[in-house]
Amino acid sequence: MNRQLLLGAEAAALGALDAGISGVYAYPGTPSTEITEYIRKNREAALRGVRSSWSANEKTAYEAALGMAYAGKRALVAMKHVGLNVAADAFINSAITGVNGGLVLAVADDPSMHSSQNEQDSRFYGRFAMVPVLEPASQQELYDAVRYAFDLSESVKLPVMLRLTTRLAHSRAGVVRAPLHAENPLHAVLEPERYVLMPQNARKQYNLLLGKQENLERLSEESPLNRMVPGTFPVGVLAFGIACNYAMEVRETFGLDVPVLKISHYPPPRRQIAELFESCETVLVAEEGYPVYEELLRGWFNDRNIRGRMDGTLPRAGELDTVLMARALGVALPEPAPVPTIVVNRPPELCRGCGHRDLFEALNRVMESFENRHVFSDIGCYTLGALPPFNAIHTCVDMGASITMAKGAADGGLRPAVCVIGDSTFTHSGMTGLLDAVNDRTPVTVIIADNDTTAMTGGQESAATGTRLHALCRGLGVEEQHIRTIIPLKPHLEENIAVLSQEIAYDGVSVVLARRECIENAARRKRSKNPNPVNQ
Amino acid sequence: MQNNIILAGVGGQGILSIAAVIDLAALHCDLHIRQAEVHGMSQRGGAVQSHLRISDREIHADLIALGRADLVISVEPLEALRYLPFLSPEGRMVTATEPFVNMPDYPSLDALLTELRRTGSPLLVDAATLAREAGSPRTSNMVMLGAAAPFIALDPSQLEAAIGKIFEAKGEDTVAMNIRAFRKGLALSQP
Repeated sequence: MNRQLLLGAEAAALGALDAGISGVYAYPGTPSTEITEYIRKNREAALRGVRSSWSANEKTAYEAALGMAYAGKRALVAMKHVGLNVAADAFINSAITGVNGGLVLAVADDPSMHSSQNEQDSRFYGRFAMVPVLEPASQQELYDAVRYAFDLSESVKLPVMLRLTTRLAHSRAGVVRAPLHAENPLHAVLEPERYVLMPQNARKQYNLLLGKQENLERLSEESPLNRMVPGTFPVGVLAFGIACNYAMEVRETFGLDVPVLKISHYPPPRRQIAELFESCETVLVAEEGYPVYEELLRGWFNDRNIRGRMDGTLPRAGELDTVLMARALGVALPEPAPVPTIVVNRPPELCRGCGHRDLFEALNRVMESFENRHVFSDIGCYTLGALPPFNAIHTCVDMGASITMAKGAADGGLRPAVCVIGDSTFTHSGMTGLLDAVNDRTPVTVIIADNDTTAMTGGQESAATGTRLHALCRGLGVEEQHIRTIIPLKPHLEENIAVLSQEIAYDGVSVVLARRECIENAARRKRSKNPNPVNQ
Repeated sequence: MQNNIILAGVGGQGILSIAAVIDLAALHCDLHIRQAEVHGMSQRGGAVQSHLRISDREIHADLIALGRADLVISVEPLEALRYLPFLSPEGRMVTATEPFVNMPDYPSLDALLTELRRTGSPLLVDAATLAREAGSPRTSNMVMLGAAAPFIALDPSQLEAAIGKIFEAKGEDTVAMNIRAFRKGLALSQP
């Protein structure tokens, strides 16, 4: 048995390669980044010519993958949970048109928000779009499920969502490969009545989608991903995705013979769930995420024998684990040793020598002189500028929001209106907001912290950096004399303060490009002169 | 056999290299492995940890339950204490003693050592000195692996072979240096 040790995210990537994808499309985001990185570094993928560059954002990624699937090929699209908000328009409507070649959306949720601004549950989107969702529980099952997902996608002619969560995506285990499935030949079909979603077509297509639902549930009832582990304990566990792992762990560690119905294929199989409810006094509904199905199963009143996140048997927020599961099943556990009181938090920080440090030092000096020191910001390493010792930024909501929020505040009368956004975040979804500001001649100063990479997720290529960012701003209509470049380095501090002050004083749209390469990326670039083969 | 190990440190201190060596050795011994790690924001100088589980039978959960770790290996003394709730009453704590100070309210080393000694019989390792002796401060993670090796359910020679593989691409000198560091750590607990 030839096992490879893979992160869950990598197992999904290898599963997709072996399932015969012709391309992967993605924007980086923890915990989904390693899916695409694995394919980008994989020699077999390179030899086959599997398309794998980073997309500008999740929406462009999803649409390109959809186009590849329309042309008859298999395509993978990967993103983190909040990325699906960006791609939601394309995703929901792709279920109405359906697909031709297989299309799998690998979306990685982050319960407990290890590296995210929320813990939204992508299964909601799966239900919303009315497409099959797979949520495997182990790395091997994940590898196998990707192929299953592509086959399913082509048989029901719908995109299939593959939902990962942090613990599966970022945990390693041995994985055994299956034989390669050859890539599909190009077989684009002209069916405008299906693919042109004008109302008269869309109504027909929507009815088709509704008509498929019964079959989707039947497929789930026959799915190898859903299975029952019988037991004699009066409380049964309805375990979705990796919640099953913790239930199985409780069975073994505490010798509790709990029946477990594992669900990894949605829509959930109603017949098997009914059988579990009939055979148990009480059912604990365990979901790694929101109580999506617990809420449905409780209905309005008829919820007396259901336990879960909604009645506090399991916590309403955060990841599950073995101890939470054991306690929910009534296992009395000794209190673990407390963390000694001298142990203080160690929050993340900007790297020593990072250019963002010099930028924030200069910006703080400039903002000191204003009564209103509000700085809108965005998502990236520079978000850490919100923490001491800088305390330099005051918002971080969603990708690209800094520019539009500064604009709205300026429209409301805020002066100065200043925002900080990274190079990759600017191309992701900041550009359109800048166009709004230019069209309105709003007095905002947009500082683009250009470190030449998508740094927080590990240094992926940005869609545009350096002189191309300058050209983009120029093209969007920012005046040439108000696009300034500074180098955030100690010796330039006074000069940088002067430039920032001048542009903040300008009563119109100004852009300051703070350009200095990410030091982590620079170090990686040096090391790669002697590259280590990562994937065989 | 089941071995639950928590690896602890600060982002950038090399705990994932320790994990990679144990993973590879366990893979060669045909054991089951689950190893959860932290990616993303915390890697920027924050507290990081890895849950590493090896077993001769199927492992279900990627995470170790509170009170169920057989071993905590920490490359930093404050970080060792952070994972105390995971350590089982019979478990061992093996930690480096050199603090990594990147926050203003970092406690004194004396207070830390007092707390560490309260945990039973921790193995306190001056990994920084031993790593310098081995040839580079960067090998302190392999010193820690060596010091912890007797408490890992794998033969030290398997771990040493895995070090050879993991650092192979970086050249013979790097391999030799890391093996020296591993042996220096091992000598502490296996004189």
